[in-house]
Formats: sequence, C-alpha cells, structure tokens
Amino acid sequence: PPAHSRSDWIGPPDRHSNLRPIIFHVPAEESALERRLREARQEAQASNQRFWARHNRAFRQEKEEFIYSRLKAKGLEMRDESGRKATLNAEEMADFYKDFLSKNFKKHLQYNRDWYKRNFRITFLMGQVALVRALRWLRWRKKNVEP
Amino acid sequence: GLFVWPLRNTSVQIPCQFVQLYHVANKRLITFQYCNILKRMYVTQCKRDLSQRAKPKSDSIVSPFHELQQLDQEKKVVHKISPVSPVHQSWSGTSSRNELREMKSAAETEDSVIPVGAESKECRQWREMKLRLDDLPGILARLSKIKLTALVVSTASAGFAMAPVPFELTCFLLASLGTGLASCAANSINQFFEVPFDSNMNRTKNRPLVRGQISPLLAVCFAASCGIPGIALLTLGVNPLTGALGAFNIFLYTCCYTPLKRMSIANTWVGAVVGAIPPIMGWTAATGSLDAGALLLGGILYSWQFPHFNALSWGLREDYSRGGYCMMSVTHPGLCRRVALRHCLALIGLSAVAPVLDITTWTFPIISLPINLYISYLGFRFYRDADRSSSRKLFFCSLWHLPLLLLVMFTCKKSVLEKEDKGDPPGGSHERALGIRLP
Repeated sequence: PPAHSRSDWIGPPDRHSNLRPIIFHVPAEESALERRLREARQEAQASNQRFWARHNRAFRQEKEEFIYSRLKAKGLEMRDESGRKATLNAEEMADFYKDFLSKNFKKHLQYNRDWYKRNFRITFLMGQVALVRALRWLRWRKKNVEP
Repeated sequence: GLFVWPLRNTSVQIPCQFVQLYHVANKRLITFQYCNILKRMYVTQCKRDLSQRAKPKSDSIVSPFHELQQLDQEKKVVHKISPVSPVHQSWSGTSSRNELREMKSAAETEDSVIPVGAESKECRQWREMKLRLDDLPGILARLSKIKLTALVVSTASAGFAMAPVPFELTCFLLASLGTGLASCAANSINQFFEVPFDSNMNRTKNRPLVRGQISPLLAVCFAASCGIPGIALLTLGVNPLTGALGAFNIFLYTCCYTPLKRMSIANTWVGAVVGAIPPIMGWTAATGSLDAGALLLGGILYSWQFPHFNALSWGLREDYSRGGYCMMSVTHPGLCRRVALRHCLALIGLSAVAPVLDITTWTFPIISLPINLYISYLGFRFYRDADRSSSRKLFFCSLWHLPLLLLVMFTCKKSVLEKEDKGDPPGGSHERALGIRLP
C-alpha cells in the first residue's frame, strides 16, 4: 500500500491460511482507544493466521499420508504410467474426512470460543471508536458553525 | 418480489422435467409465469464454472450452501500440493516482491477453477479498505444473501396464501416485508460470525466480510437496522405472534444454528426448524393464530430440508471436514442418507394429511403423489448408492419439487367460500396473487 494512504489495506488470501492479511494504518494522532482496537485486530489476525495455516498444513499432510497408505494397501503407486497422480474416489476419502474432523474437534471448540470472544471485543471497540469520532466531529461542527 | 436472474446455460434436466410435469398436471392453468420465474433462478455461470443454484423457499440450513460448485472439478482428490515456499509470507511485507509471490501462490492455492474476469483479478490485489458508497448496495445485498431472503419471503407468502381467510393485500405486503427484513438481519449476523470459516471454504470465500469490503461494525449495524424495524413491523403492523416468531427465528438461526454447526450434527435439525418457520409466520400473519394448518405447512418445509440439505452436503464433505463443521454427511454418512429418505417419505404422508385438516381438497394428495414418489425414489437411490451422482440428482430434484408442491397445494386449496355457502359459485371474489382457482 502507498505510504501516503490513510486507510487500512487488505490483501489477497494467504496461501496457507486462506485468510486475507490486513495492513493497518497507524495515524499520527491515534488515541489510546484506537490503539487498543488496532492492537486487538492485529493480535486476532496473527492468531487466526497461526491457527489456520497450521491446521490446513496438517490437513494436506494427513491427506497425502492417507492416500499414500491406501494406495499402498491396494498395491498401486502414487503415480500411474502417464505420470499423473493416482487418486482415491470420494467414498474412500470419506473415512479420512470423518477421522480428521473428530480428531480436531476439541481444537475447533477452543478456537471457536476464542474467535467469538475476539470478534465481539473487536466489534465493540470499533463501536466505541466510531462513537468517539462522531462526537468529536459534532463538537467540531458546532465550534465551526457558531461565530 | 422474486429476483429474476438471466438464464444462462441451465442444465437440461430441469426445464425438461418442468415441461413433463406441466403436462402431467392435466393442463391446469398453473401460472406459467411463476414457473418461469423459478426456472430462471437456476443460474449457471459457466464462465466461472460455478453453478449458482438459488434454493427455493427455505431459510437456514441451506442458506450457507446455496452456491453449488461444479463438483466434478472441485472434488477431485488429486490435490496439487504446491511446494512450500522457502520464504515465509511476511505479514507486514511491504516489498513488492513478496506481494507478487503472494499473488502467484494465491493463484496456485485456488484448487477451484481458474478464475476468469476482472472481479477475480481484483481479489488478488491489495485493496484499500475504504467503503465506497456506490458499491454499498451490492455489498449489502451479498451480506444479507438477498436471493435466499427472496426465497424465504416467497415461502412465507405461500403460508399466507394457504391460510383459509380472505386475502388482505396490506397485511400480505407488511408480512412479506417484515419477514424479508428479519431474514436479512439473520443472514448478516451469520456472516459476521463466520468470517474465518467462510474464508476457508470455496463456496463462501467471496463474501463481503471475508473480502474486507465492509467492516464487522457496519455489518452488525446493518443487521440491527434491518432486524429491529422488521420485527417491529411484524409485531405492530401484522400481529404480535408473527413478530414473536420472527424474532425467535432470528435467534434460532444466529445463536443456535450457527454455533451448533461447529459443535454437533444436531444443527441440521435446528436448521430445518428455521426453514419451517417462515411459512408458519405467513399463516399466522393471515389468521393471527397458530392452527394445525400452519404446523402442517411448517412440517412440509421441515421435511423438505432434509433431502435437500443432506444431498447437498454429500458433495461438500472435504470442505466441511477441513473447516471443522459437524455435518452428518461427514460423521454419520449412513444416518445422513437414512434421514433424507425418511423425510422424503414423510412428505407423502404430510401431503395426505392436508385434506384431513381442511386445508386442501382431496385432489392434493393425489396430484402431488407423482412428485412425492419421484423424490422418494431419488431418496432411495441416494440411500442405496451413496454416491455423488445420486446425491446431485436428489438435490436438483428438491429444487423444483418444493415450488411445484406448494403451487399444487395452492391450486388445490379449499376455498373459504366453499366452506361457508355451498350454493354460490366459487372463485371470483378473492383475487389471488398467483394462479386461478379450479372449479
């Protein structure tokens, strides 16, 4: 994002976590409340990024391993004659999906709790910041309108 | 009214069956207009290789899933595992090199179709997070899932139309508007809760909050500014019962269904109730009381949700598993298929109960039997075969089954006049928005 920009910028999805990174603009006259908001958002972003990158990586890895082990059990190689990767159909993969979901259940519960808490806190702070800004603007208007 | 989307390359299956059934229905004067509007809702965007199937007339459980992607392409197990880049994507990376690499790898990571068109290119660049007022209507439409809302409103209208009272236009409009606003609010809150999960699922990753087009605060404010007037309109402009049902439905959808999706498979049943409530609301808006008829209509919608959703979720198992959603299709596949079949059969039973409750004449179970039997047959095939093709067939069948069933129900509706004075000729005195009554 350009240096003179006064707003936040959001980027394309990260290849591991599929989340879009945000670069936050730090205004010179940032108030304590605004700083708290920005830090909360940065912290949430970092935490989400960590969780999903790790989670998706684990998924891909375990999926590879599963395919490999199943193919081996069937006596096939990872790649067939033409060099393309051998696949398993959806029904065979269903066992893997079920397994993966149950293995990560607790992890997801914990993450959900954290995410909801963070989301509410950030939105509430946004509300506070917006309110303060609105009041400030009204006061400024009043000052400038009156002679 | 209903959203009419241009028809582009629909699958051949749907129009053919429509025409077939139209003939089977003995050339009744079903308003062809209505059928056409519904047909047009099945938009296939071949360009992006996404099939957008607008789900007819129900809220909730399919609401997150009303964009069905080309399953053949996506669900290939072969995953192009892109080589792990040696340079870790730096978060506050401002160097253009990193951006470029991120953009390239983002293009690789897309295990969905290769995006075409300007919109997708826009997604791959860094965008300023500033709200543009001219984008706002489009953004809010997507936030409130406007197409789904339109279908929910039409379900509620069906409930209103089936109520055995003279038709009142103002009441009808107020009820529809209130329901629509309530649905917008519920959908916005749902998206507000699900941002990181939506980012990780192919179907939902282009939502406004995921793309940063709107701030969470604005989403919540929008939801409040839709929900509060909507419920107020229902409570004060229609009747308190409808308002209470609307508020309860919002609560059920946002606070029960949405969190439950990630905790237990019970979410499907809760979601089915959410889908069943709008027609009940339509009925109570017309009559002011919760009769057996309302419950029957709700029951039909409730049962319909299962074949519809279970068939759909069959093809999305990978995304659910990775995203951490607890769905029957992943954890209890046998149950998933059994429940779908069970409820297809329940639809036959419920259709037979309708004349007993004096809602329709005896012609209704007879006419609806072919379509109910057909969906039950597909449900049975799904139960037995448990593969993608049977699940898709069942899903697509459910899309036309419901509107057709409700239409037939309406045309078989027992006239209020008929019940009061047997001598007078029927029809004429009440103008209906849809269809013409049969002698």
